[in-house]
Amino acid sequence: MALRVPIKWLQDYVDIDLTPQELAERLTVAGLEVESVTGIGAEWGREAVVVGAIEKVLPHPNADRLCLVQVAYGKPEPLTVVTGAPNMLRYLSEPLPSPAPRVPFAMVGAELIDGHASDGRKLKLKAGNIRGVRSEGMVCSEKELGLSEEHEGILILPDDAPVGAPLVEYLGDAVLEFDIKGGFAHLMCIYGIARETAAILGGTLRDDVLRAARPDGLKPSNEPPYLKLEVTDAAMCPRYTVTLIEGITVQPSPFWLQQRLLRAGMRPINAVVDATNYVMLELGQPTHAFDYKTLRPEKKGQPPLIRVRPAHPREKMHTLDGVERTFDDRMLLITDGGGPVGIAGVMGGLESEITDGTTTVLLESANFEFLNTRRTSQLLKLRTEASDRFGKRLDPELALQGGLRCAHLIAELCGGTVHTVVGDLYPDPRTQAPIELRPDFVTRLLGVEVPGEEILRILRALEFQVEGSDPLVVTPPSHRMDVSIAADLVEDVGRIHGYDRMPHTLIGDEMPPQERNLRLEGTELMRDVLTGCGLDEIITYSMISLEDERRLHPDRAPVDESTYLRVQNPLSAERAHLRRRLLAEGLNTTRANLRFGRRVAIFEVGAAFWPQPGAVLPDEPARLCVLLTGPRDPASWLDGAEPAGFDFFDVKGLVETLLERLEVPEATWDYGADAAYHPGRSAVLKIGGAVVGQLGELHPRVVDAFGLPAQPVCAAELDVGALLHQWREDRQMTVLSSHPPVYEDLAFVVAETVPAEQVRALIAETGRPLVRDVALFDLYRGDQVGPGRKSLAYALTYQADDRTLTDDEVAKVRTRIVKRLTKELEAQLRA
Amino acid sequence: MTILEALASLHTEAVAALEALQTSQELPVWYRTYLGRKGRLTEVLRGLGALTADERPKAGQRANEVKEALESAFQGRQTQIKEAELQAAISADRVDITLPGRPMGPGHLHLSTRTLRRVREIFAEMGFRVYEAPEVETDENNFELLNIPAYHPARDMWDTFWVNDKVVLRTHTSPGQIRCMREAHPQPIRVILPGKCYRYEQITPRSEHQFYQVEGLAVGHGIRLTDLIGTMQAFANKMYGEGRRMRIRGSYFPFTEPSVEIDMDCILCRGEGCRVCKQTGWLEVAGAGMVHPVVLANGGYDPDEWSGFAFGMGVERPAMLQHGIEDIRYFYGNDLRFLRQF
Repeated sequence: MALRVPIKWLQDYVDIDLTPQELAERLTVAGLEVESVTGIGAEWGREAVVVGAIEKVLPHPNADRLCLVQVAYGKPEPLTVVTGAPNMLRYLSEPLPSPAPRVPFAMVGAELIDGHASDGRKLKLKAGNIRGVRSEGMVCSEKELGLSEEHEGILILPDDAPVGAPLVEYLGDAVLEFDIKGGFAHLMCIYGIARETAAILGGTLRDDVLRAARPDGLKPSNEPPYLKLEVTDAAMCPRYTVTLIEGITVQPSPFWLQQRLLRAGMRPINAVVDATNYVMLELGQPTHAFDYKTLRPEKKGQPPLIRVRPAHPREKMHTLDGVERTFDDRMLLITDGGGPVGIAGVMGGLESEITDGTTTVLLESANFEFLNTRRTSQLLKLRTEASDRFGKRLDPELALQGGLRCAHLIAELCGGTVHTVVGDLYPDPRTQAPIELRPDFVTRLLGVEVPGEEILRILRALEFQVEGSDPLVVTPPSHRMDVSIAADLVEDVGRIHGYDRMPHTLIGDEMPPQERNLRLEGTELMRDVLTGCGLDEIITYSMISLEDERRLHPDRAPVDESTYLRVQNPLSAERAHLRRRLLAEGLNTTRANLRFGRRVAIFEVGAAFWPQPGAVLPDEPARLCVLLTGPRDPASWLDGAEPAGFDFFDVKGLVETLLERLEVPEATWDYGADAAYHPGRSAVLKIGGAVVGQLGELHPRVVDAFGLPAQPVCAAELDVGALLHQWREDRQMTVLSSHPPVYEDLAFVVAETVPAEQVRALIAETGRPLVRDVALFDLYRGDQVGPGRKSLAYALTYQADDRTLTDDEVAKVRTRIVKRLTKELEAQLRA
Repeated sequence: MTILEALASLHTEAVAALEALQTSQELPVWYRTYLGRKGRLTEVLRGLGALTADERPKAGQRANEVKEALESAFQGRQTQIKEAELQAAISADRVDITLPGRPMGPGHLHLSTRTLRRVREIFAEMGFRVYEAPEVETDENNFELLNIPAYHPARDMWDTFWVNDKVVLRTHTSPGQIRCMREAHPQPIRVILPGKCYRYEQITPRSEHQFYQVEGLAVGHGIRLTDLIGTMQAFANKMYGEGRRMRIRGSYFPFTEPSVEIDMDCILCRGEGCRVCKQTGWLEVAGAGMVHPVVLANGGYDPDEWSGFAFGMGVERPAMLQHGIEDIRYFYGNDLRFLRQF
């Protein structure tokens, strides 16, 4: 969460003689990442905007609602400007105070923000006539200077503002913005950043602010006379302190404090609330101010009650933001005699809020268990500056310090007195266990020896107490809730010493066993084969739409949602389930690409997600999905105007190529792909009898449902694990014969129902060992073979390893083949 | 006409006829006519029998001379004509070389795959093998065992897709560390864990809800932070070119202690400051650190005897920088016009 640190505020605690950019770099390298540096006043111009003093206010000769203001600005002659600001017009009827009010005075050429626009647009100041009187510049509002949204009147600067000085010197600043991650409450405040800055720059931290917050002259008590105090679960609320500030007048905070709050990103409200915010920004301790008089006792005649307890189930309260909240029994509430008045560490209740009429403030400064505070904040969807800080694990020691600092500040700002008794329930004060740190452990982890005195310097600068030498006995300061082991100390040593000073080494350690990763190698081979075949690889989203899954069925049959893994908090209803197959997103990708081209040949390899009943995690089979549609070959002037389109045999050929390259034996093809496919032009692929996937042309209705043109769309969906199951890349070579082969063509006429593969297999088997190759080169149906029959023509290659074949040998094999085919397939040899 | 005259006349005629030939098709006709078995020279030679024994040697010698001369003239003319014909054929057979070639149409690997391959290769050379882990993970592996208890503020670093209160879509590849350590224990480890991750983020030009990460993990008896820095320097040099400058700065990750962020001088401006590096001169390469003792112990390694480093880096972002891609949505939008550029 973001923390904005104005550098001038930071300088209250530590001297800095670097530019804001240099400081940002030093802090960033030490682990305090500065996300941005924003200059305040950098654009004003040193000469153009200065501190002015109002010498005279005169009526405008031609307008009642304007006046002429004479501004001294360090030069011999004052200049006159025209303004209509109410806090200037008033001096027409009342005398100017003394000393002369200081104002920001902008001269011609200054760059200011347009006070009348709401978008922060800038304008360059020009001299001009306003209703007949020349105006030589402008006295500015906070908004015009970019300091706040305030545009009601001219900003009146404190009396000590030096007339004529560039305003940027007096009011300018730079704000560093940090993103503090993790459980580091001690960094979520300006004092914490100052502590780090001092350690990093080797400077001194001024801790007057904390010293002033000691309970000198005050009496801590767990039974203050003005309050009955009770915490029912000390584990959830380790410490609860209260101070009473009496006799205050609620009023606006002074300019300097408002400026600091604004620069740190908070809006000023009134001095009481501002003081709590100021101390929260300064020390990191959130406090809460109750109007004491609204707090109710448990029984009449008793002082008011504050009881910190878990909520009753379904208990309700209106929070400060006016929303009614309902709690569960792990949420911690602050209650009084009448019921809840605040959610511990998150937000106060509406009824006990500070109002303009408040005269007595009960100031809570407590410590709440961080995980429970975050749980409450998350479940209520109520994130506040307080909950964010408690949620980062605050130091209970800070509770009293922060409370006192804030109480004194309220008394100072609102005129009041702090009651001498301070309520403090802290049954189990926190102690920090010492940690043993061996210097050679630092070396072992970092890889470089940091000198002993440097380790000491760093740890002490970060307020660790260090005793002994080897091991060092290191006691963390109370605010370092994050430090519990030696490695934590090594990090502090490393980052302050500076990682950039460390040498680069190569791992000298023992090399782990090296082994092949066949699964990965095989998958990469598949990718290479497929791109080699001309396919482009896509990667789609894993979260998909069930509506698209329905489109994969020609009748749009509803899908069984329970077979899909569902995401509880999807980005949208269209991406609420994890894919079981890659096809639908592949089809969406195909459609999108057909807007820009006619040919799509793509594939994706990735996990599908199959929930397993009874198992915590789903199966994640790696799947391959191929999609082909449009012209088979990339468009070329060398081919005709109507190139052939992809069909079943393209996707089959592609899969055959894969099988060949992956050395898959015993692949068989059957009808019976699922409903997404064209029943007559698709196949189930089996290896060794087990189903590996399916391929073919998609069902025309599915093609239509995905908004694709009415043309064959071919797909293959295969299981990568099964394809690679036997791949070892250890294929043995076949001896090459140097004896001449004999080539011969044989055509057989068989019934239409006889699958071609059966014919080929029978020829190959019967011809063994001399028939080396059987390749189909023609399929013919028509008059010459008659209805219900087809002619399959094969090119046979006969060859022996050890001799040249004679015609007789070839003839014998041929006769055997013809006989067997005639007998078993009722085939006729075609002349 | 004497036989010698006849020979001379034949010689003259044959040479003239040879010179008149234009095409290679005519060559065999001329040869048959003059030098063939039934040709004109044979015919003249037949007359030798009628000569006296005195005349015969001289006429015979002359006849041989004519024959050799014609043979030689024929060879010369044949070479000449064939050469001329070849030249003519070559100059006729000229294409417009600016016409496009026949497309071979090889496909393209997805840019993420290409980037992952390079990363894998570089780390493979340093002895890192690949360990793959599931994309749907238990809360225990994705958070708890990585030192991130329920509701811990560190959880804010990952916006999570939940399947149920115990199962998430992994928000980073780090849960693979736990799986890998538990599997490899008690062997030393040097692995990278590439894979898809998911974060609950709106899809914008700068953010995606699905992306790739590469995690690295080395566990041994003496793994040091300087080893991590050296390894990342070697990686940056191989991935982005020699002489990269690195900046190591402190950071926070719950599963490493110490934690660092590794930056590299901007590949565009070389550290001068530009739009790509937001004027800082630096680009983030990886978040990294020494494996937190709690995580080592959760993986089965005694932190008193073992140490380790881990790093995690994105895949899309470096590719975007390298190729000048300004919108991350191109990666998983799968516009082939984009994918085919790489």
